[in-house]
Amino acid sequence: MSGHSTYEPKTGLERWLDSRLPIIRFAKDTAIDFPTPKNLNYWWTFGGILALMLGIQIVTGIVLAMHYVPHVDYAFNSVERIRRDVNYGWLIQFMHANGASMFFLAVYVHIFRNLYYGSYKAPREVLWILGCIIYLLMIITAFMGYVLPWGQMSFHGAVVITNLIGAIPVVGPSVTTWLWGGFAVDDPTLNRFFSLHYLMPFVIAGVVILHIWALHVPGNNNPKGVDVKSAEDTVPFHPYYTVKDGFAISVFLLMYAAFVFYMPDALGDAINYVKANPLVTPQHIVPEWYLLPFYAILRAVPNKLMGVIAMGLAIGTLFVLPWLDTSKVRSMRYRPTARLWLGIFFIACLILGWCGANPPDEPVIGHAPSGLIFLDADINSFVWLSRIASLYYFAYFWLITPLLGLFETPLPVPEGISEPVLSHPAAAPAGSVAAPEKRG
Amino acid sequence: MSKMLRKGIALAALGLALLGGRAMAASEPEEPKAPGSGWNFQGPFGKFDPAQLQRGYKVYREVCSSCHAMDLMYFRNLGQKGGPFYDPKYKNPNDNPYVKSLAKDLQVKDIDNDTGDVIQRPATPADKFPAPFPNEPAARASNGGALPPDLSVISKAREGGPSYIYSLVGLGFEPAPAGLTVPAGKYYNPYYAGDVSANWHGKGPAPKGGFISMPPPLAPNKVTFDDKTPSTVQNQARDVAAFLAWAAEPKQEERKEFGLGAMIYLFIFSVLLYFSYKRVWRNVSH
Repeated sequence: MSGHSTYEPKTGLERWLDSRLPIIRFAKDTAIDFPTPKNLNYWWTFGGILALMLGIQIVTGIVLAMHYVPHVDYAFNSVERIRRDVNYGWLIQFMHANGASMFFLAVYVHIFRNLYYGSYKAPREVLWILGCIIYLLMIITAFMGYVLPWGQMSFHGAVVITNLIGAIPVVGPSVTTWLWGGFAVDDPTLNRFFSLHYLMPFVIAGVVILHIWALHVPGNNNPKGVDVKSAEDTVPFHPYYTVKDGFAISVFLLMYAAFVFYMPDALGDAINYVKANPLVTPQHIVPEWYLLPFYAILRAVPNKLMGVIAMGLAIGTLFVLPWLDTSKVRSMRYRPTARLWLGIFFIACLILGWCGANPPDEPVIGHAPSGLIFLDADINSFVWLSRIASLYYFAYFWLITPLLGLFETPLPVPEGISEPVLSHPAAAPAGSVAAPEKRG
Repeated sequence: MSKMLRKGIALAALGLALLGGRAMAASEPEEPKAPGSGWNFQGPFGKFDPAQLQRGYKVYREVCSSCHAMDLMYFRNLGQKGGPFYDPKYKNPNDNPYVKSLAKDLQVKDIDNDTGDVIQRPATPADKFPAPFPNEPAARASNGGALPPDLSVISKAREGGPSYIYSLVGLGFEPAPAGLTVPAGKYYNPYYAGDVSANWHGKGPAPKGGFISMPPPLAPNKVTFDDKTPSTVQNQARDVAAFLAWAAEPKQEERKEFGLGAMIYLFIFSVLLYFSYKRVWRNVSH
């Protein structure tokens, strides 16, 4: 779909460069002329938003690393010194800390857009898998980044999560010691987390390049989920989508700025403003909001090893989704039944997040437990709510998605992107032409 | 706006009700209260009242600082923009004579450059607030085994922020209810997190709150306010809570001012981009 290049070198220098390293041709074909379906809605702007967020995190992170001290005695104070004494350090630090949340918010919108419009289906499976890899790398990076301020939740969160590796039979404890660089989460752990936290974003950037490459081979999916038939279905990426993405990015930045400037601590935990103390364990250890659903799945399983496996499977399942989905129809616009099940899946994810934020044994309804104990936990507890929601999480992918494709009756799917427009010629404004970009 | 409320708005903005609905345990502490006048430094346009910060600093200096360190604070912070003693005449707070004299009142440890001996000298604006104890064991030894926490970021480190501090020291030190045995060296405080049920012999559920090791720090007229503000316990608590809220992030006014410009800029930019979008796409049916 990238089609053949329309680039014609104009100057001698461009011709010289084009026959040696056709980088201008590449840039023009991929970022300017790239034919993009003309019916993409605002849910498609989150790819651009995510690219910008990665850029912001890397740039602010590089500046923070100039001032941060990865040492158990100085880390906490060095973050505070950045806010207090570095010029605009408060801005850079709050942008970075809140940027992580915004990054995850955008990636979740991006993933759910994928699920709704079936973008992961053939021929975009590799594109989807690369996206899953990026998401996994983001989780690892964010987790290590949260450890760096060395507050109480940083430290005890690191203890809880690294201890999960100890659940692996036989080699678990040795691997944990190797990862810690000692026999507890301590200075060596903080140092390597800092090193890896600096490295990972560049790995992510590398996979993002592959992700965009894999996007540019089949081209964008679109809200109708049908293939592009002709040049009439597309517009060049620039200026059509640069301006539309630009508008969406600006609105997203407005929301991001509201957090950075007016509620920079709202998404964090107050206890992380207490310096890490290995001898005092906080009452409730919870991860940041974007990891709560996985935390709930982990705690839903009574056995530690099985819990770790369930949590791993929750992410691993995403990788095989293109082969679990048996439906030939991409967009859920034409799959009313599937839309309903996806809606429940979305609610199940929110419930899992809610469960992850609450102490597992706390009653969900009222103030008292029911007294009915089943599988080591009271029926009226967040453990059981997260068990039900986890069950739905897995059932959605492994049972509902394969069966839906076989048994549902989808609505009629349009022939092409332009079809409904052509069937209602009155809706097309006078003067609309095949190649609008050629007009003023 | 209280911290809890801000948290609520933040999560609603994300469309997530993840942290809500945590069921109340029997010994959950009392919800922190803001003073009757509210906090004028909260909200997008909130500003600190320098007079209040000055009174708050005096309460910290004359009362709290005998046990609580503020390791992240320097005297120069008092004279920086947004600080209690900021004077536009002295852009460099180290030159501010008022800050200099405040610093000079306190002794800090130093090394004599000629002899290498440890000496005491008057502080300068470039010095940190001196700590009341040389180390943690010394702090514990002087406080019945309890460690007085550092107050630099205490306002951010407690749910409820300034309202929590105000409630804890301004409202909370009330006589223990009948039926509650208070352990020796401890004080009952309904705003302090803890569990008093083991010491409860009265009727009904155990009272909210916990036992704190800090004796009631404030008393009427304990601090003399130079601006004739009545020196009640609640006024002292309110002003020191405001001071600690400022100290937890001395550049928060700068943050909000900068934010206003950034928000206006982004808003105008968004509007321009929207109309550019409409114009670029005007001939495409989609």
